Amino acid sequence: MQLRGPRATAVALTLPLLAFIGLSFVAPLGTLLSKSAYEPNVANILPRTLAALDGWDGDGLPPEAAFASLAEELPKARQERTLVRVAGPVNRLKSGMRRVLTRTARQVEKAEYAGSWRETLIGINPAWQEPDTWLAIQAAGARFTLRHYLQALDLERRPDGGIGLRSEESRIYMPLLWRTLLVSLGVTLLCLAIGYPIAHLIATSPPKRSNLLLLMVLVPFWTSLLVRTTAWIVLLQRQGVINSLLVALGITPDSERLEMIYNMTGTFTAMTHVLLPFMVLPLYSVMRSIPPTHMAAAASLGANPVQGFMRVYLPQTLPGIGAGGLLVFILAIGYYITPALVGGRSGQLISNMIAYHVQTSLNWGLAAALSSILLVAVIGLYLIYSRLIGIDRMRLG
Amino acid sequence: MNKPNPVPSKVAARPNRALRWLTGLPLAMAAGALAAESITVVSWGGSYARACVEAYHKAFTAETGIEVLLEDYNGGLAQVRAQVDAGAVHWDVVDLEMADGKLACDEGIIEPIDSAQLPPGLNGEAPMDDYMPGAVSECGPGALFYSTIYAYNTRYIQGSPPTTIEDFFDLEKFPGRRGMRRSPLANLEFALMADGVPLDQVYAVLDTEAGLERAFRKLDSIKDQVVWWEAGAQPPQMLADGEVLMSTAYNGRIFNAQVLERQPFVIVWDGQVLDIDGPLAIVSGTSRLEAARQFVRFANRPTSMAYVSKYISYSPTRESAKALVDKHWETGIDMAPHMPTAPENMKRALQSDWRWWSDHRDEMNERFSAWLIR
Repeated sequence: MQLRGPRATAVALTLPLLAFIGLSFVAPLGTLLSKSAYEPNVANILPRTLAALDGWDGDGLPPEAAFASLAEELPKARQERTLVRVAGPVNRLKSGMRRVLTRTARQVEKAEYAGSWRETLIGINPAWQEPDTWLAIQAAGARFTLRHYLQALDLERRPDGGIGLRSEESRIYMPLLWRTLLVSLGVTLLCLAIGYPIAHLIATSPPKRSNLLLLMVLVPFWTSLLVRTTAWIVLLQRQGVINSLLVALGITPDSERLEMIYNMTGTFTAMTHVLLPFMVLPLYSVMRSIPPTHMAAAASLGANPVQGFMRVYLPQTLPGIGAGGLLVFILAIGYYITPALVGGRSGQLISNMIAYHVQTSLNWGLAAALSSILLVAVIGLYLIYSRLIGIDRMRLG
Repeated sequence: MNKPNPVPSKVAARPNRALRWLTGLPLAMAAGALAAESITVVSWGGSYARACVEAYHKAFTAETGIEVLLEDYNGGLAQVRAQVDAGAVHWDVVDLEMADGKLACDEGIIEPIDSAQLPPGLNGEAPMDDYMPGAVSECGPGALFYSTIYAYNTRYIQGSPPTTIEDFFDLEKFPGRRGMRRSPLANLEFALMADGVPLDQVYAVLDTEAGLERAFRKLDSIKDQVVWWEAGAQPPQMLADGEVLMSTAYNGRIFNAQVLERQPFVIVWDGQVLDIDGPLAIVSGTSRLEAARQFVRFANRPTSMAYVSKYISYSPTRESAKALVDKHWETGIDMAPHMPTAPENMKRALQSDWRWWSDHRDEMNERFSAWLIR
């Protein structure tokens, strides 16, 4: 293929876009995902300690060289403010290690040398005489690790080296992933159930009315997500508009106001509302292209309205259903602000955990592993969709 | 600019002047920004942050010319750790919880503050003699006493009101939703106290696995009814809306809603968890270290502390500042009975053990968040 003239210009014109996608999308995504398996911090900050631990198999105490290197590398890390990067990962492997490491780093310089570094460190903190402590440092020192994926899948490595399920109460991510998928599926179906008639109405109304209706779909779409979510709180809460109306009309007694928010009802209501335009718009664009004569032709051939709809109209709207459904579902899987605000405890979805590990626990490895699993789930669904309906038939409007 | 205009008409001169304005304005603004030094101070938002601004941020700017930019957070060390780790520190001073202050200091992510170098007491006392015992850690002094209590709205609770911490956990006597902070801090203590653990044994019990399980079991008993809050400004809002029947809260926030917004809230002091806020910590690696130090010294003046108590019912950690606490700034209410340290509020008060929390904060956070999503 030769690139000359207008064709070369066209390719050159897309280069800025490709560069932009590469810099702003592929590179950060790749960096983040690589964190799920690659954790070089501990290895970089405590190289000599880890070298001294090399060959030690957890039997008895490690050699004096390990104690001596640690006594030197810990205070150095503290001074260079890189201690956080060591303390976090080691603490995740053995609870309480953050405290042991940071206190030791602080005290080892002032501590009196007790004849050997082994005695000195144990004098500062008795945790240093437990082989577990050192095993945790050794494990955190591995540059490549699968433990984030294991944790994200609620699995753990058994002492004998095999892999098995975690204990019932510490299995949290898989149930959350299921909950997320189910909520997303439910929201998608609700959006379809509500959005289909709306789209049909807009597509078949005379232009003046359809423009007005379309505007009513678009205005909420242009409104800030937080405003819409807060509006639902105002409407649904115990002393909110709907409850007060019901009480004023005498439908519910004042003492039995409906609990419509901070539970699943709240999650479904607010998420469906927020995502509805993503269903209506693709459906509308597909329906607008279906000539009204088709239904009339079906009727003239003897089909009753239900038959006509099922056999003539519905099949033609499938690309729109597919596009809208996929859009809503994928967006719903990643939603976390709305469910967190209106869902109470049940509003905790997998994305909330990803945000928690990115912002609060700073366990980016686990966050990346959870994100990867989510990404794989979405790609899987996408492939199923393209198998069943065909991605080239999708119409986004 | 003195060049003769080639088109000496009024019409042509106008856009020229507009252009000069447009280019000159940003330059002038940039110059202004360079002249005035500023530091970013991160605090707890809402009425507490407002109290600090009125009490000493403004006075600090007036005295030093250093502008104070205020940001809000809801506690924890995550952002400080992330900023120091990334080498991109844009928070200069953070109002930490005492337990977090100790933790941060051990990790080396905040600058140690030598309490002895802080301003003297009102009558010239040495700082170390002026701060109350237990309010000073080796990394800096606490700023004020605050309390986590629970409160209710009399508009929604008629008849016999709740009076004890046991009542908060009693869904039979008081059916309805509860607001609690999305954090293990104070909640574990509340749970154990309500479960019948005597005050002086709460932390000894928490120190054992069985005790922890006991605390979480007690929390389990109301878990389905809890609405979790994060910002201190949320509980007064939820109580006012009737969204929760009772909520734990910082006592000062409830006080402010009572006196400034005339909300019919009642604080239940029984089982209060009395804690120390502070230190005002300087984040390691800030490029405005000297200005931040000046700010911390200013904030630790007895007068600065006492003025905070004129706006919100938190009491100072310095003995000599106590004498200055009298009336509420806006309403003239006597502040003394509203302080968490007032004798009538201290009948059953647990002093939060920030040393225990600094030892266990991370583990408790993890355990709590795992418990929360189950």
